[in-house]
Amino acid sequence: MSATAAADIQLDASGRLRHFLTVEGLSRELLVRIMDTAESFAGVTAQNVKKVPLLRGKTVVNLFFENSTRTRTTFELAAKRLSADVLNINIATSATSKGESLLDTVRNLEAMHVDMFVVRHAQSGAAHFIARHVAPHISVLNAGDGRHAHPTQAMLDVFTIRRCKGEFAGLKVAIVGDILHSRVARSEIWALNTLGVDEVRVVAPKTLLPAHVEALGVVPYHDLSEGLRDVDVVIMLRLQLERMGSAFIPSEHEYFQRFGLTERRLEKARPDAIVMHPGPINRGIEIDSAIADGPRSVILPQVTNGIAVRMAVMSMAMHAGPDREVAA
Amino acid sequence: MSGERIIIEGGRIVDPASGFDGPGMVCVADGVVASVGGLPDGFEADRRIDAAGQIVCPGFIDLCARLREPGQEHKGSIASESAAAAAGGVTTLCCPPDTVPVIDTPAVVKLVTERAEQAAKVRVLPIGALTRGLTGTDLSEMYALKRAGCLALGNADRPLAHPLVLRRALEYAASFDLVVVFRPEDPWLRSQGCVHEGAVSSRLGLPGIPETAETVAVAQALPLIEQTGVRAHFGQLSSGRAVEMVAEARARGVHVSADVAVHHLHLTESSVDGFDALCHSRPPFRTTADRDALRAAVADGRISAVCSDHQPHETDAKLDVFPATEPGLSSLQTLLPLMCALVAEGRLSLSDAIARVTAGPAAILGLDSGRLAPGAPADICVFDPAAAWVPAHGGWLSAGRNTPFWEWPLTGRVTATLAGGRLVYAL
Repeated sequence: MSATAAADIQLDASGRLRHFLTVEGLSRELLVRIMDTAESFAGVTAQNVKKVPLLRGKTVVNLFFENSTRTRTTFELAAKRLSADVLNINIATSATSKGESLLDTVRNLEAMHVDMFVVRHAQSGAAHFIARHVAPHISVLNAGDGRHAHPTQAMLDVFTIRRCKGEFAGLKVAIVGDILHSRVARSEIWALNTLGVDEVRVVAPKTLLPAHVEALGVVPYHDLSEGLRDVDVVIMLRLQLERMGSAFIPSEHEYFQRFGLTERRLEKARPDAIVMHPGPINRGIEIDSAIADGPRSVILPQVTNGIAVRMAVMSMAMHAGPDREVAA
Repeated sequence: MSGERIIIEGGRIVDPASGFDGPGMVCVADGVVASVGGLPDGFEADRRIDAAGQIVCPGFIDLCARLREPGQEHKGSIASESAAAAAGGVTTLCCPPDTVPVIDTPAVVKLVTERAEQAAKVRVLPIGALTRGLTGTDLSEMYALKRAGCLALGNADRPLAHPLVLRRALEYAASFDLVVVFRPEDPWLRSQGCVHEGAVSSRLGLPGIPETAETVAVAQALPLIEQTGVRAHFGQLSSGRAVEMVAEARARGVHVSADVAVHHLHLTESSVDGFDALCHSRPPFRTTADRDALRAAVADGRISAVCSDHQPHETDAKLDVFPATEPGLSSLQTLLPLMCALVAEGRLSLSDAIARVTAGPAAILGLDSGRLAPGAPADICVFDPAAAWVPAHGGWLSAGRNTPFWEWPLTGRVTATLAGGRLVYAL
């Protein structure tokens, strides 16, 4: 979709967030507001009583057509900490497995007067499709659709970067691995460029890079050591073997030899570079355990930050949070 | 009404086959054209059609239109789609063999042609299956299909098992002077793709179909076409490079031609932005450069035919997540206005535009129609090139409403269609 088209469906007439389907098309000011709102919620998760009543009486449906533990759990926690009622739909035993169409599933749930769908689906465009067909009062949050977008993951990543680095200007970021199949990478690229980082690099063999990848606003590298030179942030991606057919890489062993993150390779990056990974990590395939568990890793803080970011997006989409201003 | 004597008067006659372009009347009697330009002595009309301010030209010949019958009547029927064809100025159409059952026996050929005759609208020419069941492994009974009325054979959009099957199929088809129609697409390179592999697919995260899925298939077929001497036709090309390859082969004397679907002359990879399933097409809409190259090839005649590639669908077929939707556009009634748009933009002359949907496809199949000449079948289209209309506002006869042009203001509308001398459509 064009940036305008994306923004149009995601924002209401007042320019406020209605759906959160993709980072594409959203303004820098809105992304900053999401992070600021997440910052205000970060304290909530540290309290004894980890709840605020912003979504009391609202019903959030986790509509996951794909397996997920981390994302579904953090969305559920975020909703519950906002005092919403949460419904988890197990698609494996749902009506869609009996032949019901996706739209009929959504309309049946809609008839139960729910307020928000959190959607994960194996096909690109699924969240967008649902958002186009739901009743006007319902918000749709994209929890990952095919290879297209995973906007809350991107927002928690940039939120983590901001907490570690302060500013985005001047930063060099390298995203390493299976860019082709990665919705996280696409969303991160949009977010990082919108927030004004100096450079976004993607590092992968050509088989794992999408066509015309430069058009996404990145600089491609096929050599990890070169790609990591002087970067401030390293984002490692999981090798999505389940989305691959064949002949993308010769073996996991060779992949790790060329593109696995090791201590030695990380030396090319700036001394204060942080290492990120959206998870789940494959130790010894894309990242060495010493790095994953090392002092520069912010992999677990990413998970923690995910709850605050998802609380922020949920409350903003329901116009219930601190965000009551009109988006720029 | 087949013996009706008709005068079409007051219009501008455009017949690319003869080069006639000027005012005059066309007279029809006994299902054939009686005269073009003037009135034969003693000719008395049973019906007069006022074509003032309009174009009178041969009825259109559509090299690829799916009617969905037999087997997929929930998407359309021979009756509904041949009515849409008549409303679109199409008087002869070729339906690909991927019906259910497949058009691989004389019985299915007969079923299609008889249903078309019952519908009494336009002439339907079934394209026979190149391989039995379209499975790509065993040759169909080509001679039997030819005797049943098939002028051409093809494998629709299904692949052949390997190049040896292709070679044998071409050799056998050449034995009986059958045209073989290709929809070139390498299945391995297409893989799970659903849009053009390029900047837009990368942005949207949609699996892409590279240009090479088409060019590799063309490159594989061309030497075998040359070797076997078969008359071959590439349908619905989508890339500029494939057009060049076919044109180069044709310049070497290979018996090969090509067509393009009319919407490929307008839409590009960007059309799928917003995951618009109405623009889910196979082959996919490619780059602006590809579209421009296709337009240029249509203008200079390297592509000698433009088809509708009509694929009507029920609403639900497009009501899903983009990759899960069915490709194809309902396009019989947008064929004319989309060609008119190219004329209005100065991309090709009116005569050339009409040639690409009349004389061009007629030459490919060796048909006697596609021209306005005494003795020729009275397949005639009368259209108002300035008439503005919106499909959504009425007059849409196809059972499939799956077109991205549904709400578009279109210019150019058929006002009357004669097929075999019968008035099969009047606005």
